[in-house]
Amino acid sequence: MEAYISLFVKAVFIENLALSFFLGMCTFIAVSKKISTAMGLGIAVMVVQAITVPANNVVYHALLKEDALSWLGITGVDLSFLALLSCIGMIAALVQILEMILDKFFPALYFALGVFLPLITVNCAILGGSLFMIERDYNFGESVTYGVGSGLGWALAITVMAGVREKLKYSDIPVGLQGLGITFITAGLMSLGFMAFSGIQL
Amino acid sequence: MSAVTAVLNDETKKVLVAPLVNDNPITLQVLGICSALAVTSQMSTSLIMALALTLVTAFSSAAISAIRNHIPSSIRIIVQMTIIASLVIVVDQLLKAFAYDVSKQLSVFVGLIITNCIVMGRAEGYAMKNPPLESFMDGIGNGLGYSLILIIVAFFRETLGSGKLLGIEVFKLTKDGGWYDPNGLMLLPPSAFFIIGLIIWAVRQWKPEQTEKVEFKIMSISHGEGGHH
Repeated sequence: MEAYISLFVKAVFIENLALSFFLGMCTFIAVSKKISTAMGLGIAVMVVQAITVPANNVVYHALLKEDALSWLGITGVDLSFLALLSCIGMIAALVQILEMILDKFFPALYFALGVFLPLITVNCAILGGSLFMIERDYNFGESVTYGVGSGLGWALAITVMAGVREKLKYSDIPVGLQGLGITFITAGLMSLGFMAFSGIQL
Repeated sequence: MSAVTAVLNDETKKVLVAPLVNDNPITLQVLGICSALAVTSQMSTSLIMALALTLVTAFSSAAISAIRNHIPSSIRIIVQMTIIASLVIVVDQLLKAFAYDVSKQLSVFVGLIITNCIVMGRAEGYAMKNPPLESFMDGIGNGLGYSLILIIVAFFRETLGSGKLLGIEVFKLTKDGGWYDPNGLMLLPPSAFFIIGLIIWAVRQWKPEQTEKVEFKIMSISHGEGGHH
C-alpha cells in the first residue's frame, strides 16, 4: 500500500508531467487563459489518462511484451516495437468511445468536456503517460495509480497556470514579452516551484 | 539542371524559408514545445531529435499528401496518426540500432514525435491541401524552424550549464582549475522555459508584427491627485 501512495505522490508532484517533463505543453499554453476551461480540460485529461494507461498496460503485457504470446503457445516473439502504434491506436479509439458514451448517457458532461476530447488524442501527456508506464515496467495496480496520479498532476498544473494568467493580464508587461513570452517565463517559475517537491520520499 | 530550378520555384522557396523566423513553428505557431524543452540540456540529443523530427515531418507530409484525395475526412486523424506512428517506429528502431546511448537519453521523447503537434499540424494544415513535393518541402522547412530553436536553446543550456559544447570543453570549469563556475540552473528543466520565453521576446522585438493583440491596456493614471487613495 505504501508503495502505491509513494508512487501517487511522485506522479502528482515530483514527476509532474507538465512541469518536469513538459508533456502536453501545446495545450497547456493554448488552453490556460481561463480557469473554468482549464479545469474542464484538466478533468478530461485525468479521466482519459486513468483509463488509457491501465488499458495500454493490459495490451502490452498480454500481447506485445517479449514472450507475451506464450498463452497462445507462441514463444520467442517480441512485438514490443509495435508499442508506439498500439498505444496511440488505443488512445484514439478509447477517446472516441468515451466521446460516444458521454454523448449518449451523460449529455451534460458531454457539453462540458466534449470540445476537449478531440484535443486529448494528440495531447502528448496521454501518450507520454503510457510510454513511461512501459519504460518503467509498471504492473497493473501501479499503472492505475500512475494513470490517476499523473492525470491529476497535469490537471493541477494547468488550473494553477490559468489562475496565474487570469491575474497576469492586468499587469504591465514589455510589449514583445506579452502573451506567449511571459507565459513561458511563468511556466518556468512554476516549474521551479514544483522542483521544491523533489527529494520527498514516503 | 532545369529539374533543380523547377524544384526551387517560388512556392517551394517560400514554404522552405518562411518557417525559419517569420512563421516559426515554436515561437509563433506554438507547436511542438514539449520536446523542445525536454531534450535540450545537451547539444547532441537536440541535434538527433531535430533530425528525427525533420525527417518524420517531411516524409509524413509527403505520404499524407500523396493519398490526400482518398482519405475520408471522418477518419483522417486516425489515418494520419497511423502513417506518422509507422515512420516514428522506423526512426526509433534506427536509433536503437545505430545510436543506442542517445536513444536511451531521449527515452520516451522519440515516441512522442507521434503526438508532436508540428507533425500533425503540418499534415492537417498543409499536406491535406497541397501536392506531395511542396508538402515534403513544407515538412523540411518546419522541421528546420524547429531545429533552429532547439539548437539555440541547447547551445545556451550546454555551454552555460556544463561549460561544454557537444562534449568538447569550451569554458574551463573551476573544479578542473579553470575560471568558469557552471550555472546549475541551466541543466534543470525550468531554464528551457526561460530561454524560449526570452527568444520569443527577442524575435518579437525584431519583428513587431508577431506581437499578439492585448486584451487589456494599462491606462496611464492621471496625476495631481496628491497620492491619496
